[in-house]
Amino acid sequence: MTAYLIRRLLQASLVVVAMSLLVFIGVYAIGDPVEILISPEADQIERERAIQALGLDKPLWLQYLIFVANALQGDLGKSFVYAEPALKLITARMPATLELAIAALVLAIILGIPLGLFAGLKPENPVSKTIMAGSILGFSLPTFWVGLMLIMIFAVELKWLPSTGRGETATLFGVAWSFLTWNGLRHMFLPALNLSLFKISLVIRLTRSGVRETILMDYVKFARAKGLSPTRVVGVHVLKNILIPVVTVTGLELGGTIAFSVVTESVFAWPGMGKLIIDSINVLDRPVIVAYLMMVTLMFIIINLLVDLGYSALDPRVRLASQGG
Amino acid sequence: MTPPADAGAATADIALPSPAAAKPETPFRRFVSEFCESHLAVGALIIFVLIALCAIFAPWISPQNPYDLAVLDIMDGRLEPGSRNGDNTMTFWLGTDDQGRDMLSGIFYGLRISLAVGVGSAFIAFLVGMALGLMAAYFGGRTDSVIMRLVDLQLSFPAILVALMILAFLGKGILNVVIALVVVEWAYYARTVRGTALVERRKEYIEAARCLALSHNRIVFRHLLPNCLPPLIVVGTMQIARAIALEATLSFLGLGVPITEPSLGLLIANGYEYMLSGKYWICFYPGIALMVTIVVINLVGDHLRDVLNPRLKR
Repeated sequence: MTAYLIRRLLQASLVVVAMSLLVFIGVYAIGDPVEILISPEADQIERERAIQALGLDKPLWLQYLIFVANALQGDLGKSFVYAEPALKLITARMPATLELAIAALVLAIILGIPLGLFAGLKPENPVSKTIMAGSILGFSLPTFWVGLMLIMIFAVELKWLPSTGRGETATLFGVAWSFLTWNGLRHMFLPALNLSLFKISLVIRLTRSGVRETILMDYVKFARAKGLSPTRVVGVHVLKNILIPVVTVTGLELGGTIAFSVVTESVFAWPGMGKLIIDSINVLDRPVIVAYLMMVTLMFIIINLLVDLGYSALDPRVRLASQGG
Repeated sequence: MTPPADAGAATADIALPSPAAAKPETPFRRFVSEFCESHLAVGALIIFVLIALCAIFAPWISPQNPYDLAVLDIMDGRLEPGSRNGDNTMTFWLGTDDQGRDMLSGIFYGLRISLAVGVGSAFIAFLVGMALGLMAAYFGGRTDSVIMRLVDLQLSFPAILVALMILAFLGKGILNVVIALVVVEWAYYARTVRGTALVERRKEYIEAARCLALSHNRIVFRHLLPNCLPPLIVVGTMQIARAIALEATLSFLGLGVPITEPSLGLLIANGYEYMLSGKYWICFYPGIALMVTIVVINLVGDHLRDVLNPRLKR
């Protein structure tokens, strides 16, 4: 196990290094930040000074080494636009994104599991067919378009919910959260629903196929034969067994949800990390782009590592296969 | 596994010369008749063909050329659907945008770009993924593990993140969007074709071809590839829909196609600010066009999967 752990850790850090190189070269080698950041009216001396201040006069490899050395100390450069550390900018926006992503996962579970259960228990019912057709739409329709439709229907036409922004926030542990105020919750509902549509569809499908499989198992037949009420059979015996894959997959989707919040945040003008990165790409604020991409790829690498280690801890076959090969 | 259609047709012609069999059943005919069993899928295919025709013939069927500034009149801006233009010569069936552009024409031209980018990138990704997947399956060993490690790595990051990263590097532009979509999609094809090819590789006909000392190229492209195509076609259909959706998303975020060549996603983005003031049509109709396109492609792909999947054969 230790050998496997070390090898997996080494692999992961190799990927981190490769990604950092790729991101850095990609962002810094293509295009010219000087053009964008320094006003065209500036004279030569001002230009020189600005280039020096931003460190753009050094060769690219030196810029990369400086970047890595600083990154290891938690310094991912200063935003060209906000003149603040990029990492600080991103972490300041992170709670908004996290609360949206978690709200989306919660919605996916509380809506997806009951709908999936129904569709699995009564597959021939027209309601089930509607649910399944809806889940196909949830998979295939572009998130931003569904978001626009939600705004159009619930905010513009019906005027039930606010269309954009984060609303009032309340402070907890020194961070502003929207879910603590009624106004904030009202602002959060539409974006969270939008972000969770894909996840709801996924949970519906997983739950349905889980139910269809489990219901044929002997222990379910036995529970029925024992005379347990249908509610108890479904609620305890069936549900318990299908929850494991559903919860695993939903948990794994947290990373994807954070990545996809880029779209939802832009549609609903939700001031999170995703909106920040889109704005930064549009004005070529390189340090913020690099910092965001590095943080998100790092997050994904860590998630993947944990999943792999978790599986190998649970399933000896994975461990043995990796030792043998 | 369906053998290639022409080979099947040839044997059927020889095997069934009897006059009683007016229509010899070839694999292709069987495929067509099975596909036609689902009215939903046939309907979806017809709608898709209509959409594709609208896109191809956009310059001829559009009421106006939306990018010819000479015919635009800013006074016609943001008219409701069904309004007439200032000099009463034409009707804007779907309204106009802020520049006084006919939305219907804009949608036809937008469909053109969306479909071209979606189909084009799916096709390039198909070629790249197929080549790498076949290589991985046929040569095995180190080649296989390198390619599949790359596929795993690629698929562990969400598509939107990878596309975002590439467009952050390369900047806007149709070509850059196509590159981003190809990078995002090739792995799906590679994984599919490898899976099928691994199974096919062990079958007798490949062994026979090897015994005949045919060249690697000939075995891979003439024997292995045709038998790996059915699942690839299914993946390809679904990936076209995904590519169109992803392109629209990227363009909506302002990272995709340039403003001079607006796809449906960019049309929707342009209409976004007017939607909040109740002028819904500027973003609603392009969105409907996008939605219908994606849904019909998915319906066709979904049914293709049922027809082409040997496990579901009755």
